[in-house]
Parts: sequence; C-alpha cells; structure tokens
Amino acid sequence: MTTEGGSEAEVKKEPEKSPEEQQEEQQSDPSESAPNAGTEPQPAPDNQENVEAEPAEAEPASPDPTSTPSPSGQKKEKGISRFLPPWLKRQKSHSQAEPKDSPAPSDTPTQPPTQEEPVKEEKEGDLEEEVQQQEEQKGEEQADSAGVSPLKVGKKMKLVVCHVTLLDGSQFPCEVEKRAKGQYLFSKVCEHLNLLEKDYFGLSFKDNADQKCWLDPTKEIKRQIRNSQWQFAFNVKFYPPDPSQLMEDITRYLLCLQLRQDISSGRLPCSFVTHALLGSYTLQAELGDHDPDEHRLDYISDFQFAPTQTKELEVKVAELHKSHKGMTPAQADIQFLENAKKLSMYGVDLHHAKDSEGVDIMLGVCANGLLIYKDRLRINRFAWPKILKISYKRCNFYIKIRPGEAEQFESTVGFKLPNHRAAKRVWKVCVEHHTFFRLTSPEQPAKSKFLTLGSKFRYSGRTQAQTRQASALIHRPPPYFQRTSSKRSSRSLDGAPAVSVSDHAHLLDSAHTLGAGDNGRDSALELSSDSKSPQVEEGAEPGEGAASAVPAEPALERKLRVQGENIYVRHSNLMLEDLDKTQEEVLKHQASISELKRSFMEAAPEPRANQWDKRLTGSPATSLRQLAQGSLEEELASLFLSKACFSVLADARSTAASPPESALSAVSEKSPTRLESALSDSRDLSKSTEDEQSSGLNGQLEVVEVVEETVVIEEVIKAARSKNSISEGPAADATATERAPEAKDERSASSDSESEEEAEYHPQLSVSTDSAHLIREDPEEEEQEVELNRDTTPTNQEQHPIREDVTAEPASAAVQREEQTVAQQHEEEESGDKVLVIPDKAPNGHSHDRETPPTLCTEEEEPCVVNGDTSHVDGERAPQVICCSEPPVVKTEMVTISDTFAAQKTEITTKEVPIVHTETKTITYEAAQQDGNGDGEPGVLMTAHTITSESLCTTTTTHITKTLKGGLSETRIEKRIVITGDSDIDHDEALAQAIKEAKEQHPDMSVTRVVVHKETELADEDE
Amino acid sequence: MASVCPYGAFTHAIVRGIPESFGKPAEGGEAIETDMARAQRQFGVLMGALRQKVGLQLMEIPADAEFPESWRIEDVAVIQGDTALITRPFKEQRRAEAEALRQVLSELNMNVVEMGVEEGGSGGATLEGSDVLFTGKEFFVGISKHTNHRGAEVLADTFRDFAVSTVPVCGGSRLKNICSMGGPETIIFSNSEGAKKTLRMMEQLTDNHYDVLSVPETVAANCVYVRSPAKVDFLLHPTVDECPDSIAVFQKLPDYTLLPTACSEASKLGGALSSFCLLINRKFNYF
Repeated sequence: MTTEGGSEAEVKKEPEKSPEEQQEEQQSDPSESAPNAGTEPQPAPDNQENVEAEPAEAEPASPDPTSTPSPSGQKKEKGISRFLPPWLKRQKSHSQAEPKDSPAPSDTPTQPPTQEEPVKEEKEGDLEEEVQQQEEQKGEEQADSAGVSPLKVGKKMKLVVCHVTLLDGSQFPCEVEKRAKGQYLFSKVCEHLNLLEKDYFGLSFKDNADQKCWLDPTKEIKRQIRNSQWQFAFNVKFYPPDPSQLMEDITRYLLCLQLRQDISSGRLPCSFVTHALLGSYTLQAELGDHDPDEHRLDYISDFQFAPTQTKELEVKVAELHKSHKGMTPAQADIQFLENAKKLSMYGVDLHHAKDSEGVDIMLGVCANGLLIYKDRLRINRFAWPKILKISYKRCNFYIKIRPGEAEQFESTVGFKLPNHRAAKRVWKVCVEHHTFFRLTSPEQPAKSKFLTLGSKFRYSGRTQAQTRQASALIHRPPPYFQRTSSKRSSRSLDGAPAVSVSDHAHLLDSAHTLGAGDNGRDSALELSSDSKSPQVEEGAEPGEGAASAVPAEPALERKLRVQGENIYVRHSNLMLEDLDKTQEEVLKHQASISELKRSFMEAAPEPRANQWDKRLTGSPATSLRQLAQGSLEEELASLFLSKACFSVLADARSTAASPPESALSAVSEKSPTRLESALSDSRDLSKSTEDEQSSGLNGQLEVVEVVEETVVIEEVIKAARSKNSISEGPAADATATERAPEAKDERSASSDSESEEEAEYHPQLSVSTDSAHLIREDPEEEEQEVELNRDTTPTNQEQHPIREDVTAEPASAAVQREEQTVAQQHEEEESGDKVLVIPDKAPNGHSHDRETPPTLCTEEEEPCVVNGDTSHVDGERAPQVICCSEPPVVKTEMVTISDTFAAQKTEITTKEVPIVHTETKTITYEAAQQDGNGDGEPGVLMTAHTITSESLCTTTTTHITKTLKGGLSETRIEKRIVITGDSDIDHDEALAQAIKEAKEQHPDMSVTRVVVHKETELADEDE
Repeated sequence: MASVCPYGAFTHAIVRGIPESFGKPAEGGEAIETDMARAQRQFGVLMGALRQKVGLQLMEIPADAEFPESWRIEDVAVIQGDTALITRPFKEQRRAEAEALRQVLSELNMNVVEMGVEEGGSGGATLEGSDVLFTGKEFFVGISKHTNHRGAEVLADTFRDFAVSTVPVCGGSRLKNICSMGGPETIIFSNSEGAKKTLRMMEQLTDNHYDVLSVPETVAANCVYVRSPAKVDFLLHPTVDECPDSIAVFQKLPDYTLLPTACSEASKLGGALSSFCLLINRKFNYF
C-alpha cells in the first residue's frame, strides 16, 4: 500500500519540524506519552505487507499509561520508567496500535496531518515499527522502500525509525537511512538535545545477548545492531573526571541525569549519606526551593534516589533539601556532580571476568586506567601509563604492563571473559577510554599500514583534550532547556532565558560535528605523556602464523604478530557481508566494507608481493597473468550478483602480512586480487546461523571450515564449464598466513576465526615486523600454484565477461583490466592472506585446496581424504601443511575429505567430520578433481572479489573469482563461515546448516570441498 | 560525597583506659615485660594532648580488666563520617570489647554497622581497625594475620563511597604499624623494606596523590594527625627516645605543631599511638 498521497504529505511535513518544535509538542501535551510524541515526525511507512506479515503481534492491548515515559507517568512510577528498557515500552505501544492498523492499513494515508492527535501518532509510530521489524527480519528488503522514503522521494533510500531513549526517559524517534552510520543518528540526537559538548556521550544498544554495546559512529548502524531492534539509549560514555570543567549547564544536566540513573540502578554505589545528599540536590535542581506548602512529605516519593529507597532516606533527603534554599538548578547540578565525582565507582565501567586462576573478578575501565576488583575490593590497578598493550584473543583479554623500575621485562596479565564478545567489548572500551582520556588526539589509524577488517577499531572521536578545546570556543547564550522538573511543574527554575537558541546552536553544532569528523582523521596522535600510542591490532593478529605464512598480504601491515611477549591478537574478519542478489544489497555490502576499502586502498599503493607472487613473477606464467575481466562478467553476473564490488575484505584479512619484499611486478598482480570486484552475488553466504561464515566461492569448491568457533565454508561455483578457482584465505590469512602460497582454496578457518576474535591495541605503535615473517612459504608450493594457474586460464575467457566495478580502487581496477587484456593465466588473489586465484580446471578447483592450519601448524596432521583422494594429487597441491617459522600457536589437525567432483553438489555430512574438541582440527572435504589442474594452460582471472558479512556469531566471507580459461569461464565461490561461540554451540549442526544454505544459495554450483577447522578453547591458549 | 573532606578534621576522640590486666599474655603466649604504671602515665599524657592541646572532645570508656587489650580501641571500630563499623577482631575474646563502645557511639548519633551481624559470624570475616588506613579519600586495608579479605569486603560494603583497596602488610604485623596519616595528603611510612613493598602496592592502587614522609624507624611510622577546628596541624608522634632519627623528619613538616607523645609500653605489645583512640568528626558539613 504504502505511500498514498495523504500519508506522504504528512510525512513530508513532519520531518521538517525542528527539534524545538518537537520538544514543544511534547511539552505542550505532557499527558501524551513521550514515545508517541516522538514518533510523530516520522513518516509512516505504510506497508501492507508488513502489517500482514505480523499479525501475531497485533494483540489487542489497552494503552498502558504506566509504560509511557511521560512525565506524569514517571512521577507515579518514581521515575522507574526511565529505567525500563525502551523496548519494553515500545512493545506495549506497538501492540496497542497494531490492531487498528492491521485491519485498515489504508487508513493511514488518509489521516489528516493532525499530528497532535495522540492516537494517530501512535498509529504511525506503530506502522513504522512494524516496518522496522520486518526489515530486521527480512534483512533487507526493498519492498517498502518506495513508500518509505518520504523525505527523499525519488530516491530509493530505505528509512528506518530509530528510537532513542534519552536520559530523561523520553523517547526520541529519529528517522535514518537504513544504511546510515552511527554518527548520523548521534548527531541527530545531539541536535535534538541542543547539546554541543557531545563527545562525552554516545548511543548504546542491547545486543542479542542483552549486553550493552556502544554504537560505533563510524559504522553503519544496521551492521552493528544486527538483528536487534532499532532501539538505542543516549548515555554518557566518558564520565568527565571534573564536571566543573564542562562549559555548559546543559551538558552537566545530562551528566546528572545519567548519574541519577546510575545511582538508582545501583551501578554507582553510594552510602546512605551520599544518597541523601545527592537526592537533595536533585530535588533542588528539579523542584527548586523546598516549599512547605507545595512539598508534602510524599513529594519526594516520586523520585528514586537509591536502589532501595527507605522512608528514612526520604526524610533525610527532604531535610537536606530544605538546606539548599536559594540554590539555582544549575548550582544544584554542580553540587551534585562535585559530590558524585568523588565516588570511587564514578565513571568506572565494570565487566565480569576471571583472573588467570579462575577467580571471579571485575574489570573496571575508567579515565585513569584499568581497575581490578574482587568483590568490592580493589585488588589491582593499571594506570594507562603502565599499560603497553591491550589485546584480546577469543575470550581472553590481555594487558601488557610496562616493566617497573626494578623489573626488566614487561609482563602480561590475562583475564578471561565470559565469551569472546565480552572480551572484545572490554577491549574496545579500553581502547576508547585510553584514547579519550589519555591522548591529546585520537590515534591515527595506520591505515596505510594495515588493512584491518571491520574490527580494526579505534576511537575516532575527539579526545577529552580536544573536546575541551572545542568547548572553550562555544559562545552561545546558555541554551534553554527544561529539567525534568520543569516539565513536571511548569515553572522554569532556570535563570537562563527561555529563549530558544536553537538555530544558533545548531549551527554551532554542525560546525562541531564537522570538526569532529576532521579530528577523527587527524593523524598523528600524540600520546600525552607516554610514548605509547596504543595500537589496535585486530586484523593483524594472526600474528605469527599469518605473518610468516602469508607473504602477500599487502596492505596490512598491522602487525599481527606479537612482539615481545607476544600476545597476538588475531583478528577475525570483522567484516562480513551478505551477498544479495540485488544491487542494493551489493551496495550495502560495499558500504559496510567501506572502511576496509579505505584501508585497503591506502594500503594498496604499497605493492606487496607474496612469496607466491614473487615466485610467480619469476615464472613465465606470472608475467602473463592478467585478468580478463571484460567479457565474462555479465553472464556470471546474472548468475550471481549483477554488481561487482570490490571487497576489500580480503585484503583486510590479509592484513597481517604486508609483504614488502615482493617484487613489484608481483605487486601489480596482487593488487588486483586484493581489490576484488565483487560481482557475483554469491547469494548469501551469510547464514543467519549464528556463526560467522565466510564463504568464498570457488569454482566448485566449497570448503567448510569449522573452527571450534569457526566454520568455513567454501563453495566453488562453476560457471559454465570451466572453472577458475580463486581462493582467498581472507580472514584466515592473517592468522593463517601460512596458506598463502597456495592459492586458493585453503582457508584455514582457524585463522579467520581468530582474526575476528582477536585484536590488539598498542599504546605504542609498532608496526610490523610482520613483513619479514610474511614470506615464508615453501617454494614448492608456490611452484605448484603457478602451474595450476596456467592450466586453468585459457579456457574460457569469452564466455563470461566479468564485470568489475572497480570504482573503489582505481589502482586495483586498473590492474585488473590490464590483466584482462593479457589474459594469461590465473591470477592469484589473495584475499586476506593469500588468496590466490588459480585458474584450474573447473572441477578441480579442489585440488588446490590445502589447508594450512592458520596458526602455524606446529602440528598439523595431514588431511584424511575421505571420499576421493584424488583431489590432492591432482592439484599438485595436496593439502599441505605449511609450517611457519614461527612457533605454532595452536595445534591443528587437518582432515581433508575429498569427493569426486561432480557437477552436482556433493553431499557432505557433517558427521563424517571428526571433531576434536580440545584441539584445533581442520577437516577438509574435497571433491575429486576432474581435470588435471596442473597442466592446464593458464587461465585468465576475470574477477575476484571478496565479500564478508557478519552477523552475531557468524562471519561469512565470500570470495568469488572468475577465471577464464580456454574459453570456459569458471566461477569459484569460496565461502568461509566462521562460527564463534561458546562450547554449547552445536558445531555439527551449524556446519550442516551452513552447507545446506550454501547449496541452496547456489543451486547451480557444486560443493567441492569442505574444510572444517575447529579450535577449542584449550587450543587457543597460546602454548 | 558529602562526607569527603580533608583528612584530619576531627572533633571527638574515643579512648579507653589501661586495664589492670595490661600486658597480660592473652593467649598463654610469652609474657612481655611491661610497666603498667608507665603505660597509664603515657596514656594520660596522650589524653591530655588530645584534649588540651588539640582540643578534641574526649570520651573515655572505663577500663575493664576483663579485656586486657581493650585499650586498643582502634581495633574494634572503623569510623568514617557518621558511620561506624564495629569490626570483628581476629581474637574471639576481643569481640566483646565493642559492647561499651556501642553505647558511646549511639550517644554520638553514629550510624553503627555491625560486621558480626552482617556476616553472621559464618563468613569468617575478620577485621581490625589497626589494619585500616583511611586517607580521607579512600581506604587501604592491610591483609594480615588479623584481617582477612572477607573483612575488607564488609568494610567496602559499608563505606560504599570510597575505594577500598587491599594491600599486603609487610614489615609489621599490622598496617598501621608501618604507616599512618601525617596530613591531609601525607602518609608517613616506615623506611623498612617490607614497608616499602606495601607502599609500592598502595601507590599502584591509588588514583590519588599522596606525599610520603619516610621515617627511618618503624615505630615512628605511627603518628596521630589532627587538624584542629582552628586549622592548626597537630602531629602526635613518638618521642626522641623512641625514634631519635625520625624527629628531624617530622620537623620538616611545615607549620605543624609537633606533640611528642610516648607510647613505649604500648609499643611493646604491638600497639602504637593510634591504637589508643578512635577519631571522629561529628561536625558533618555537607556543603
């Protein structure tokens, strides 16, 4: 239904309202629930489908006044409603409205634009919600897009309504593009609040595990919240140690609101006396002077001063309140903050953990460093200056401590978090706090140096020092704002003129934002005192193994490896992208990867040569390689994605290794690979399963790797007849670097998984030593690869034109094109570490596969061939274990099972895969190679791209390579699916599911190889 | 927090007289030669200094021969602001000492928290005030023979406004034997190796900055600092006889009124100046 004239008109109107107006509206009818008011401004996406789709939700429910955060409601509830999870409230309102809407969805449009009417507003709100939900459920849909984009008609932007719970408990609905980044929403909220000193604040959301996460402003919202609702909370992220230094009262007011929440929820423990004192300031700020007539004994009961509020406390509060006579609200806030800031837990972000001995402790991240608590006792403290590096690996969180005066060596302290997400969360919080409070400017991402996959994370906002500087420049009349009280009692207590300064403020605001943005990118960070600038290493982690193994990873320089004591973090691929068939989706993917690309591009300039490449260069074949892009594409595209995207991902993955050494010539080749044009749409690899999957499509191989936590599935799709396979070992690479040489197929799942799970942050930049490591591969392997490549190529160039959208990275694109012309052999792509594309004969793509255990293979066992043995042989690349010079971190067992390759999908039974829980295992299923790979003529690599998608526990990396060989084009899709989770996940089931989905997605392709790599906790520990 | 104000602003002191059983071996341990008359004299001097020189309001609990160690009143309660935590001393027989104290505290309108009650005795928590150093900004609890982790937890739970850090006690049997407050931001610390270790730990754990006054004799590390209502800094410290080398250090403190006060007899029993008194600030000012 959607967009009918009426609704559109309404919609258009609404968005135009300025925040002030909205506020006014809210104020004008306090009786209306805030949420409803909030939803007004948003367009109603009327989507009948949506409505119908969710009939179940339409439960008749009478409006529940208590659930609404309206001022009155709050009073009655003693402000408790503020603390109700926003979704709770929403839920109710939602259900109320639904009944109406569902029966007559068409009504909406006809509604007169009477926004003041609560009911209608509600309806609108509900509809939107529905849309949201649906979108969430369906993931992406374009269906409603047309109707939904009232703001920008003509554009096909999908809009989503975000519900932001503000600190005063009210809801602020904000419409954003579906692919908007966090920054956009945050700016909108700050604008609404008329807040300039916004760097102390952030938006949080609850993930599926109900854990509070911060919305990264630099990333797409959708990708962060995943399947959660578009429900956010505006919170203080960095508690200023000295609130009196804040420039504006409004900032202090918001901080007060946050602290009141913290106190009443028990997050900020206080003594009785402090509860009473802080409560009395709250009363003074919100109610003004104590008025014996107006303030009876129970006036206080509307407030929540403590987790458990006794009568005694209320009496005490009232008594103290009387003593504050004459104090203005702003003064009362200042007093409140002066007292609150002294509380020992002020600004301390606590995380549950266990120490190395398994004792339950709490990690407290604060402005000064990291605090370790056992129960309520502080048992240790690591000030930022003492911390050299912060890293996490799976569910372990490590800090490297600067040696004391008497000590010679740095020491590393490790903590165990409940799961890897918790570890990552605490790591991120540490990185952010360190940067914000300790540095004068944010650390500049060493983009050029490494590609990190999505997770390369660092705080990109302003530091406290910067925000103070910026604040000093604020010259605006104090903005008028209403304290909660004022809403309650209609009188304005503030001395500030009740003039709306909004416009002015906005201007400033925007200026600020701009500034902020700039800062983010500014380069060098200076560490204030310490020389350390933390580095974050995420992608790199793979560290040792990866580095050594992967020769080629170009861009990434981040070092994966651990220095010194080595804690490495391996990064998992953070990036996951789903491939959808539609262009839009593709676009999304691109967007999601944008970060990677950026880094990638930057990195790209540096040629990296893998050993492989080098070797290749040496060989005749190498010189010839080029990609034949042109002709092949479309056909393939039709099969897959119409669009090509470059996925930087691969690079990112590879991040770890930056092969400085490689010959330049090699570089050129490589570069293309890195940039992969994503074209094909591999249908989605990503499965909703919780794990992450990364899939690479290779001609016909699917490799599923399950790492304890990870499952990697690779699919190889054959286009027409041929086959080129390109594999990437993207994520894995970093970690796994080892595989690098082989080109293709192997992905050591383990590496991937690790990569996602690990990250490091060094206070000091040290970058990579990796390069050196990168290059170790066995010459033999390289050679093999080369041969393989040759074989494949020739066959099919003509058939499938490949289109690449090279746009993203010119350099790469150029390269690719060149390659096309040349059309000789294969290309190697390295996604990640070493994705090499080897043109093989179609079927055989498998042969290439090898798995090298990501972590260095200290122990690697050769893969068992289950079905067909042939594969290994053929390919010349039998699965080999590559040992990295570096010490193996994880024991890995590899099992390879090969099937005869059939055009059809081979069925792979997960059961066949032996899983050893305690160690890392890699299991590979391969289809037997049909053709001799080795001998073939070199194919031409048409396109290669990698797409990564990430969902809750699953990372899916898809690498698609098209190769022309002898007139045949081969499309190889490799999917790597990394399933990360606690032991309770049924890996077999997840794997089976992943394989099944992969097949469904690419019915025309066959699965040629499945590699399961499993790592258990035991394995992860560095040995 | 309202209750946070610079350390040392006390208005009251609670003391308990020297019992006849002073020095009597409590647990059949070796008898220590003490001079009870001298101990009483020293106690009298201390009371006089607190009352007349410093100007505190003194509340004396009569001695009870039944409790040979009852003079160490510091052990049985930890007081901050208007809250008094009645501790659970390591020695079973000392736990009854607090009975008389409770009455005094209630007269002072203190909010009395019973550690024994909270833990029900089953928690095994033990805590003695002489293992607790309150700096005005935070608590350090020395984990010693007398005080365990559980005891520290109870303390942390009682004084929630403050960071409570645990430190190992090295170089003395109790935390207060090796350190004490010498000013609002000054900690007097013994120079001994063990004490340094504890000091390093404290430095690591704190967010605040303190000046450390390092004294060569361990006995000198226990002093009593009070800032009188007239804003005069008083420091009661052991006499020249007890710590000849440390006097010069004390004299470096600017504008302090030094009050040499002997406590040699108490020292023999492991006590110190601070053992004799519970200092209280009954003048809460929240604003």
